[in-house]
Amino acid sequence: MIDIGLGHYLTLGAVVFFLGVIGIFLNRKNVIVILMSIELILLAVNINLISFSIFTGDIVGQIFTMLILTVAAAEAAIGLAIIVIFYRLKGSIRVEDIHGMKG
Amino acid sequence: MLAHLFFFYFFSIIAIFSALMVITSRNKVNSVFFLILDFISVGCLFIMVGAEFLGMILLIVYVGAVAVLFLFVVMMLNVAEQKQSWFIGKKSTHIPSGLIVGVLIFLELLVVVGGWKYKENVMSSSSLVVNEKISNTHQIGNVMYTDYILYFQVSGIILLLAMIGAILLTYRKREGVKTQSYINQISREPSSSVEIKEVEFDKGVKIDD
Repeated sequence: MIDIGLGHYLTLGAVVFFLGVIGIFLNRKNVIVILMSIELILLAVNINLISFSIFTGDIVGQIFTMLILTVAAAEAAIGLAIIVIFYRLKGSIRVEDIHGMKG
Repeated sequence: MLAHLFFFYFFSIIAIFSALMVITSRNKVNSVFFLILDFISVGCLFIMVGAEFLGMILLIVYVGAVAVLFLFVVMMLNVAEQKQSWFIGKKSTHIPSGLIVGVLIFLELLVVVGGWKYKENVMSSSSLVVNEKISNTHQIGNVMYTDYILYFQVSGIILLLAMIGAILLTYRKREGVKTQSYINQISREPSSSVEIKEVEFDKGVKIDD
C-alpha cells in the first residue's frame, strides 16, 4: 500500500472519467457544464496516458498528451463560440431550446 | 516513498472532490472555479510523477486559457437563473440511465485496472525509452521534433483552424460604428481636399459645403 504504482493513477483516471460521464447525464439542461464534463473526460484520458508513459518508460505517451491538450483547447474554443452565437440568436442556451433541426 | 504516498492521496482526493463539485454545484461560476482547482491538482500530480513539462503545460493551457475562456463565457452570458432540474425536485428519467451507464463504465475501467499486469519485456519492447540523464522537456523535444514532427504540425493546423473558426463565428458587423476607411484616406489628394481662397479686404470668406 505504501508503494504508489500504476494502478493508483489508473484508478484516479477511472474515477475522473466516471465523474465526467455522470456529469453529462446529470446536467443535460446546461451546455456549458456539458462542455466542462468533456474537459474532465479528456483530463482523465491525459492522466492515463501520462501514467502509462511514466511507468512503462516510454516518452510517446506524453507526446500524445500534448496532442490531446491541443484538441481540447480547440474544442473548447469552438464550442464556446457556438454557445455565444446561439445565445445571441435565441437569448438562452437551454438545451431544450436547441431544436432548430427538429432532431 | 511516504511523501509520494501522502501527496498522491492529497492531490487525488482534491481532484476527485473538485470533479464532483464541477458536476454538482448550482452556480456555474463555482463549477468553473472547481474545474480550475481540478486542473491544478492534476497538474501537481503530473509534476510529482515525473512529467513536469506536461504538468506545466496543463497549468498554462487549461488554467490560463481554457478555464478563463469558460469563465468569460459564463460571466458574459446571463445564465445564472438557470436552475438544474434535479435540484428543484423535478423528476427526470435520464438520471438513472445515466448512472447505470456511468457505473458500468467505471466498473469496466476498474476491472481493466485490477486485472492488468506488466509483460516481462515491456520495457525493452518500447522503441523510445526514457533516458534518465536528460530532463523531461529535453526528452519530449527530442522525440517531438524528430519522429513526431508531422503530428506536431497537424496540431498547429488544428489550432489555426480553431482560431479562424472562433473568430469567424463570433464576428459581427455592428451598425453605427465609426471606423477608418483606409482606401478613402489613402486616395485623398491635395486637389480634392484643399482649396485656396483669395480673401478680399473687409469681406469674409464664404465656404459652401
